Amino acid sequence: MLSRLLPHPMLTAILAIAWCLLVNEIKLGTVVFGVMLGLLIPIATAAYWPDRPPVAKPVKLVGYLVMVMWDILVANVVVAMIVLFKSNKNMRPAWVVIPLELRTPEAITMLAGTITLTPGTVSADVSEDGKALLVHALDAENPDEVRDDIKQRYERRLKEIFE
Amino acid sequence: MSDLPLIPEIIISALLIVGGFFTLVGSIGLIKLDNCMSRLHAPTKASTLGVGSLLMAAMIYSFASETGSLHEVLVMAFLFVTAPITGHLIAKVNLHRLHQTKDMPPAPSDHVWGTYSEK
Repeated sequence: MLSRLLPHPMLTAILAIAWCLLVNEIKLGTVVFGVMLGLLIPIATAAYWPDRPPVAKPVKLVGYLVMVMWDILVANVVVAMIVLFKSNKNMRPAWVVIPLELRTPEAITMLAGTITLTPGTVSADVSEDGKALLVHALDAENPDEVRDDIKQRYERRLKEIFE
Repeated sequence: MSDLPLIPEIIISALLIVGGFFTLVGSIGLIKLDNCMSRLHAPTKASTLGVGSLLMAAMIYSFASETGSLHEVLVMAFLFVTAPITGHLIAKVNLHRLHQTKDMPPAPSDHVWGTYSEK
């Protein structure tokens, strides 16, 4: 019963918050209307997204997002240093193949997005069968290290959250 | 700005300088780096933090001077969600241009990368 009224609780929360931010004021009226939108839109669109993955551990997802935010800050400083102080000759750009243990498309999308936003790596492609990511590293002494780092730091956590 | 208290003013100025610096570095990287895939790194990252701190400055200014505005949070959220997608599309175009050069690793187990898929 509850799952039919609330097919996607996270989407409901996000829609309600986004509405309040769009209106740009927090009054009872806006919050109520935001919650109404948050209830109606997931029900209306449920048919188009039948296999939505249940987020097993929402609290861990918040922790993950905070960690990624911090990594983005660090990434920016690292990339700025590389851009400003390293000559093109000394740079070692490299392709890295990351074999995936994640299987849900949503989790892989999250991983690819995280890789793009964090230190010196951009995700470029996914293999045809969805079992490996192609990542480009801006300056990698040791591509294997980059791969292990991504698997340890991000994929393991995402696997806990989604699967 | 003259009616702002000192502390918010200092924070706002610092954020504006940081934002300007990282946006500048992003643009420098775009010119300086020598191949297309490396160039992708500068704008996808440096500009995220650059625009992020400019928006943060705008938000603090609105709270310090008048009623306050939270639109910037939404701008930031959409920016963080869309930056990887832009990066991915540019990378994909570049993969088509390179078309499986020798230094690009092949996909594991007899598959090709999604961009080259014939399916």
